[in-house]
Amino acid sequence: MAFDPDRGWRLHHQVAVRPEPFGALLYHFGTRKLSFLKNRTIVAVVNSLAEYPDIRSACRAAGIDDDAQGPYLHALGVLVKSNMLVAKENTP
Amino acid sequence: MTVLDTAPARSGPPPALVPVESPARVPKLVEQFEGGLDAPICLTWELTYACNLSCVHCLSSSGKRDPRELSTQQCKDIIDELERMQVFYVNIGGGEPTVRSDFWELVDYATEHHVGVKFSTNGVRINEEVAAKLAASDYVDVQISLDGATAEINDEVRGPGSFAMAIRALENLKDAGFKDAKISVVVTRQNVDQLDEFKALADTYGATLRITRLRPSGRGADVWDDLHPTPAQQVQLYDWLVAHGEGVLTGDSFFHLSGLGEPGALAGLNLCGAGRVVCLIDPIGDVYACPFAIHEKFHAGNILEDTGFGTGFKNVWQRSPLFQELREPQSAGACSGCAHYDSCRGGCMAAKFFTGLPMDGPDPECVQGYGEPALAAERDKPRSSVDHSRAGGRKAPIPLKLLTVPPKKFCNESPV
Repeated sequence: MAFDPDRGWRLHHQVAVRPEPFGALLYHFGTRKLSFLKNRTIVAVVNSLAEYPDIRSACRAAGIDDDAQGPYLHALGVLVKSNMLVAKENTP
Repeated sequence: MTVLDTAPARSGPPPALVPVESPARVPKLVEQFEGGLDAPICLTWELTYACNLSCVHCLSSSGKRDPRELSTQQCKDIIDELERMQVFYVNIGGGEPTVRSDFWELVDYATEHHVGVKFSTNGVRINEEVAAKLAASDYVDVQISLDGATAEINDEVRGPGSFAMAIRALENLKDAGFKDAKISVVVTRQNVDQLDEFKALADTYGATLRITRLRPSGRGADVWDDLHPTPAQQVQLYDWLVAHGEGVLTGDSFFHLSGLGEPGALAGLNLCGAGRVVCLIDPIGDVYACPFAIHEKFHAGNILEDTGFGTGFKNVWQRSPLFQELREPQSAGACSGCAHYDSCRGGCMAAKFFTGLPMDGPDPECVQGYGEPALAAERDKPRSSVDHSRAGGRKAPIPLKLLTVPPKKFCNESPV
């Protein structure tokens, strides 16, 4: 599924998030891939995705203004590509 | 670090990294890892020293079961602790781990407790029934060890009949619908020309090829001089990884080669993770810095014994003086001033130690050639006191029988 920040996403159910001083480690038990979240803001966004209808509002809630969202959207896009994030079923 | 497959080779530097830059005051990720994490990302757990084979390069000098082997309950207690620490997965090996009668029970226990399992096997127990069971699990990854793409080259190292045994296991897995088994190859002077054939073999079985570096550890110390790739072959290997490495796993074990090309051409975390982000638990609960370092110099503690910092794995990981020392900034020593130090960081600690080279100097397989004069000089190769090899060298594969309790003493007749 192509990454669309205007729709809802959530962590894949086989992904574990381990908090670290630098951010967090993500491990996908299905693909057996490891990823790193390199600051705590992106961790907050990832952990709260399920609560928001779309990515942009999750970013705003984490204090990332729309014009500063570029790198975060890129990062989340990488996570979508590696199947760490999946689309929420019931969002448009 | 060799036990951590961060991603297929060449899909990034490091590919799985989420490219959000940290604020400037936070150290770079590689520095964070060098300073050690509160828990390993993954670890290697050798469940038994018993093995039906006697591979000449066995990193753990396996053969005979150790009578002090951890009980089922002790293993489960360790798994509970790993779950609490959020260790993502364990690489289970041995010996041949599947010869433990409680092996499947422990695999199930680990995955039920959110500790993923990858296990390495020579295939001896992967019959149709086991393959079907494995195919039904999402949380278990299987690595079949193979050190030649032909029986001739494989069996020279792993013993008569071992090629056929591994192929049978791969066939059973494929027929059962198991997705994406791994074929795990230690690259040697004899098989480095077979990399394309290994890849083809993996494709045949719907498997992924995983190639790792030969270390002079365990019985590997006895054969390393004859088996390790020549300097020309190292270049050949590097070029193969860069050209054909898409979808090939390396356990990040070839970071000593990264000076051969552009930074980032080789995927993965180019640092030694020993005692920092990975470690080894051996069959009797001893914890070592890495799977290639079974020697008292790299012994951090024992999970069952209190040697000054409490019992349990977490105490050993977080409090052992050895691990704290490994997390200190390391000196480049003789390598300081080398333009490639940033890419190889002096190479592999175990490779240096077991070839008798200084720890703060070049890797024995240094791509700049600095290892060769060191190897040619007089050196004292340390032997490990931990050796479970069967006496009398290699015979045909040992017929297996399952024991439910460890023997009272080392038994040389049957490994199990």
